[in-house]
Amino acid sequence: MDILKFITAGSVDDGKSTLIGRLLYDSEAILADQLEALHASNRKNDDGTIDLAILTDGLKAEREQGITIDVAYKYFNTDKRKFIIADAPGHIQYTRNMVTGASNAGLAIILIDARKGVIEQTIRHSFLVSLLGIPQVVVCVNKMDMLNYDEQAYNKIVSDYEALAKKVELNNVKFIPVSALKGDNIVHQSTNMSWYDGESLLTYLENVDIKVDVKASHARLPVQWVVRPQTDELHDYRGYAGRVASGRFRVNDKVTVLPSGFTSTISKIEQFDKEPAEAITGMSVTIHLADDIDVSRGDLLVSSAEQPHVAQLIEADLCWMDTRPLDTTHTYLVQHNSKVTRCRINEVLHKVNINTLEKQYDEDFKLNDIGRIVIKTADALAFDPYQLNKANGGAIIIDSRTNVTVGALMLRSAVD
Amino acid sequence: MSTNNHLDYLDELEAEAIYILREVAGQFEKPALLFSGGKDSITLVRLAEKAFRPGKFPFPLVHIDTGHNFVETIDYRDRMIERLGEKLIIGHVQDSINEGKVVEQKGKNASRNALQTVTLLDTIAKHQFDACIGGARRDEEKARAKERIFSVRDEFGQWDPKRQRPELWNLYNGKIHKGENVRVFPISNWTELDVWNYIRREKIELPSIYFAHERDCITRNGQLMAASPFLNMDEEDVIERRNVRFRTVGDMTCTAAVESYAYEIDDIINEISESKISERGARMDDKVSEAAMEDRKKGGYF
Repeated sequence: MDILKFITAGSVDDGKSTLIGRLLYDSEAILADQLEALHASNRKNDDGTIDLAILTDGLKAEREQGITIDVAYKYFNTDKRKFIIADAPGHIQYTRNMVTGASNAGLAIILIDARKGVIEQTIRHSFLVSLLGIPQVVVCVNKMDMLNYDEQAYNKIVSDYEALAKKVELNNVKFIPVSALKGDNIVHQSTNMSWYDGESLLTYLENVDIKVDVKASHARLPVQWVVRPQTDELHDYRGYAGRVASGRFRVNDKVTVLPSGFTSTISKIEQFDKEPAEAITGMSVTIHLADDIDVSRGDLLVSSAEQPHVAQLIEADLCWMDTRPLDTTHTYLVQHNSKVTRCRINEVLHKVNINTLEKQYDEDFKLNDIGRIVIKTADALAFDPYQLNKANGGAIIIDSRTNVTVGALMLRSAVD
Repeated sequence: MSTNNHLDYLDELEAEAIYILREVAGQFEKPALLFSGGKDSITLVRLAEKAFRPGKFPFPLVHIDTGHNFVETIDYRDRMIERLGEKLIIGHVQDSINEGKVVEQKGKNASRNALQTVTLLDTIAKHQFDACIGGARRDEEKARAKERIFSVRDEFGQWDPKRQRPELWNLYNGKIHKGENVRVFPISNWTELDVWNYIRREKIELPSIYFAHERDCITRNGQLMAASPFLNMDEEDVIERRNVRFRTVGDMTCTAAVESYAYEIDDIINEISESKISERGARMDDKVSEAAMEDRKKGGYF
């Protein structure tokens, strides 16, 4: 069994919460006491059936307003997979929340209301999914029941969306006609759409290939902590603890420590009481090097054969997440892997109107704005372009005055 | 272990939790691990061993002691500390009562559960902890589902759901102002069943009250409670000998038992897989109102 994290993009009106509720309900992931609370609630659908959307809204303020503000995480599993749902809000004023939810997702479900088709928010959600580099996309054309399960209407939406997918550079798009309200094609195959011979959403989620090719991606391990027991029997013990961000490391591999550039060879890989011969993407390990060189938290261990960029001036995509606009004269902090250093956003190249995908050139970079910038960092960052290696291409900006995370960076390239 | 260059779900959850623990060690001056004696914090201790051995833990363990404990829990705690050779700090709710900082609840449903928040905040202040690691999970309760892995509390220990920091990728921002602290939840993404499966895989010992045993119980508000001197009982309370186990381990006055014949961990996993009551359904303190947990968290509860 493995884990699939996915995000659902859509607005309340598209039936997003109902879709998640339906997934949980029909896959029997709801326990009796929660079900009891659900039945006891005053919120009902027009036809008197229970409102499954209640399962996903958490906080009081949200219940009062009937909207989903923050990212909520939901868990369920089948025999095949453990699923983690990041339920993010779809309104434009919550773009930062969607970006947050999307940052860790391996798959995105984009919800389209069949009556409305591809609209402004579909463009926005698809752009964000592409920007955040989510590898798999499922487009659920919802509310098919309200169109009498009409195949033509569905086909029109599919072809409209394919044009959009090309424009925002989304590959691996899967389409499923559904009704979250009635349960068509969510967990169980619908009997109302004989013209659709594909699988239900859950069957698709259970089987979609999410394996990463560790041989194809470059070996990166940010050093988090140096293990030094300094006891009599372990006097010379010095292990570099961290989680493999991408690729794999093997004993005897030649590695380079960045940004210093020192090289050495892996002498041992430890995992508590085990000594595996290799450490692959996702594993938390302790690495020992053959040479006594200076390595500390904030450094990046990489395969000497496949080195990342090391630069202080970097072009990047930025999503601004703070109510106080970006100040290009202010010194912020940037956190990339385990490294934190000071930085300034030197230049705003352009912003993107995420509803129309047009470039904009006004200077003010406000909450939820997305655009391309040039960042100057005090210490060099050892990074890969985000679209090639998410794990070593994402960074956050912290405002040192408030300590709040104010921006998300998708690093692109070193600037000469 | 991994097959086909891909991690199994328990390996992935473990690796993520170890990563988070090491981030705590790397980012904070004075972290602490809050240890309740329950299976979730016992799991955290195991993960800490995996994160930092053969070195020492870069933090002490902290137990907030209501004084209304199951003896089995305290016995387990003391043996564990001896085995680990790590430091244990105990914050006593009784001290907070003696100092007049909190007032013991009265009446039939009196419990010290709510009082421990004050003792916890005092202990944090006294030792100037800047990060407290806890075993809460997002699947436990609605309000927890939206909480960050690094969750910032203000100087009053309050959680403000509207002012949560965006938490992207696996980049955890632990920067805080003086007086603030961060609650860190390394097993946020685990479910109850994941924890049990991990305990089975790792062969982790647990306090015996997690397994079925005979015990004197009374029935309160439809739930089975262990009869004890800490429970305010009257003539309406009928003591019965029942075969029970506990799904969570907390204060004796608020931890309900379930009728059970699960004597081994395999039985427990089967029981949970088929169970139709969620774990927090066995906590009386959550039943008070739908928003009970959210309100308590805003007040500084773990």
